[in-house]
Amino acid sequence: MAVARTRAIALVGLSGSVVEVEADLSSQLPAFVIIGLPDTALGEARERVRSAAGNAGCPLPARRLTVNLSPASLPKHGSAFDLAIALSCLAAAGTVDADSVARVVHLGELGLDGRLRPTHGILPAVLAAARAGHERVMVPSANAAEARLVPGIEVVPVATLREAVERHGGDPGIEAARIGATVDEGEAHAIPASTESPEGDLADVIGGDEPIQALLIAAAGGHHLLLAGPPGAGKTMLASRLPGILPDLSPEAALEVASLRSLAGHPIGETLSVRPPFEAPHHTASAAAMVGGGSRGIRPGAAARASHGVLFLDEAPEFPASVLDALRQPLESGRISIHRANAVATFPARFQLVLAANPCPCGGGDSPDDGCACPPATKRRYFARISGPLLDRVDLRLFVHRVTPSRLNMERDRADDPGAAPVMTSEEARRIVVRARDAAARRLAGTPWRTNAEMPGPWLRGDGALHPGSVATRALDRSLERGSITMRGYDRVLKVAWTIADLEEAERPNAEHVGRALAMRLGTSA
Amino acid sequence: MAHNIELGRRGEQVAADHLVARGMRVVDRNWRCAHGELDLVLHDGDCTVFAEVKTRTGPSFGHPFEAITPLKLARLRRLAIAWCEAHDRPTARIRIDAVAVHAPASGPAIVEHLEGIG
Repeated sequence: MAVARTRAIALVGLSGSVVEVEADLSSQLPAFVIIGLPDTALGEARERVRSAAGNAGCPLPARRLTVNLSPASLPKHGSAFDLAIALSCLAAAGTVDADSVARVVHLGELGLDGRLRPTHGILPAVLAAARAGHERVMVPSANAAEARLVPGIEVVPVATLREAVERHGGDPGIEAARIGATVDEGEAHAIPASTESPEGDLADVIGGDEPIQALLIAAAGGHHLLLAGPPGAGKTMLASRLPGILPDLSPEAALEVASLRSLAGHPIGETLSVRPPFEAPHHTASAAAMVGGGSRGIRPGAAARASHGVLFLDEAPEFPASVLDALRQPLESGRISIHRANAVATFPARFQLVLAANPCPCGGGDSPDDGCACPPATKRRYFARISGPLLDRVDLRLFVHRVTPSRLNMERDRADDPGAAPVMTSEEARRIVVRARDAAARRLAGTPWRTNAEMPGPWLRGDGALHPGSVATRALDRSLERGSITMRGYDRVLKVAWTIADLEEAERPNAEHVGRALAMRLGTSA
Repeated sequence: MAHNIELGRRGEQVAADHLVARGMRVVDRNWRCAHGELDLVLHDGDCTVFAEVKTRTGPSFGHPFEAITPLKLARLRRLAIAWCEAHDRPTARIRIDAVAVHAPASGPAIVEHLEGIG
């Protein structure tokens, strides 16, 4: 009787746990049993491992093999356990060095010919292995670049099971000539490098200062934004420019973003992208698509993938109310918890929400002149589809107008006039945003918050001593007295006022800053 | 077909030689009844051993042991009981073994022996 063990990683959401894979070889009729809560794909590892081992020139012994995945209570899914199962079996059979196998974490799916296929979620899995203190991880060579993004752990890329066996001191006696040819194909199956979609530049936006100012404030303070306006006014164009003017991600944030992409099966590329993600789910998206779901392998939804970036909901009133309201928890806590019968997965969801909406169902336009025949009640009903609690968390409301011919002419004149002020490019805007964010970060040093939007209201008025004074907030105080804004709204206006002050490099917000913040909250700036 | 029977006989002889060399005594060979056939019946000390012999010339049809399915194992158990009843040894200790004979066209045969498979 021989027992050998090695390690693999089971992912629940974004957090991975180390799983011990132990194989027992006993002198009974040939059988291959996998126990320890495997799902269907993992149960099928039996057939993949036996065929792969045979075709790699190191067949499994024709005896009874029992593979246990421990802790047995943890649900395990997917095919990334194949390599660990194969090597623990071969170690039990004495084909490879059991000590060598036991020291390494193995990840990867096997093909029937013995090649290693890339799998999803390699990045969070390797991250979990590194955090658990493991020093070496063996991954499919197609996933090597992704695995190497994790600092502090040695990555051993292998293309085939045969190569893995050789690495562990095994000597597959039979020359399996066929495998040599398939290695190249395996490389060709590597996930293609990330192709960043062209974001477009802020300079493309025609429509004056106001929308650009609103974008700058949203980017600098991390405030949620609502864009209302008729079709063709450039709402989508504006929203898609927002990630371009956000500052680069910190290394930890970039790793988290890449982990979520990896888990969702999106390509990552050779290097860690430091640009904030942009997710724009279609309005037919289900709640599971938005926040994440799945009964076995719980996968992140659009909101989680937009973490540290922008979640853009075009045609927001067309989204089912349940989907929009599912965003309330992540907006409040910055995390999404998905509960299933056998597991609870938690994903980060610290995204910036951008909602776009037509003012009415016909989409006719700003005024009756544009052909809108919707009665006021219909318009109100249409907008009320975005629930109050959700709308209350949106600090900036901007009405975007259609570009008029005179505006277009103005822009053309400006382009022709060499003396005119140049239009702001995304790069310049990003510099301004970074400067404002630095000012906020300096002020918030020593607190758990980094941006103005994250500051809690009571702290802002209390311990933080960031109330700009009653002279500056006279108009705001009046709005509160009149009941046109809530206390939460009051706090949010103050936060936006601070962001405006940061952008203008002011010491404290003055009455004008607060007034502008209030106007943007109420959406009356148009 | 004749080739397979020939191969089976050769494998059974190799298996019998192997088991005898390990101290067992052949009691019966190719015993048939309505349920089927027993390849080898041996005595190992006070134990009666029923050995199922599987012979292959190469790996293309899988490992010989893989041919012993749960269904065949159940039939072997019935046969073992039938043999004990026919030979008036109802209280004997019994064991079912599997013997795999790899008999390539040229070169020596390799024997694998599993004791007590069910």
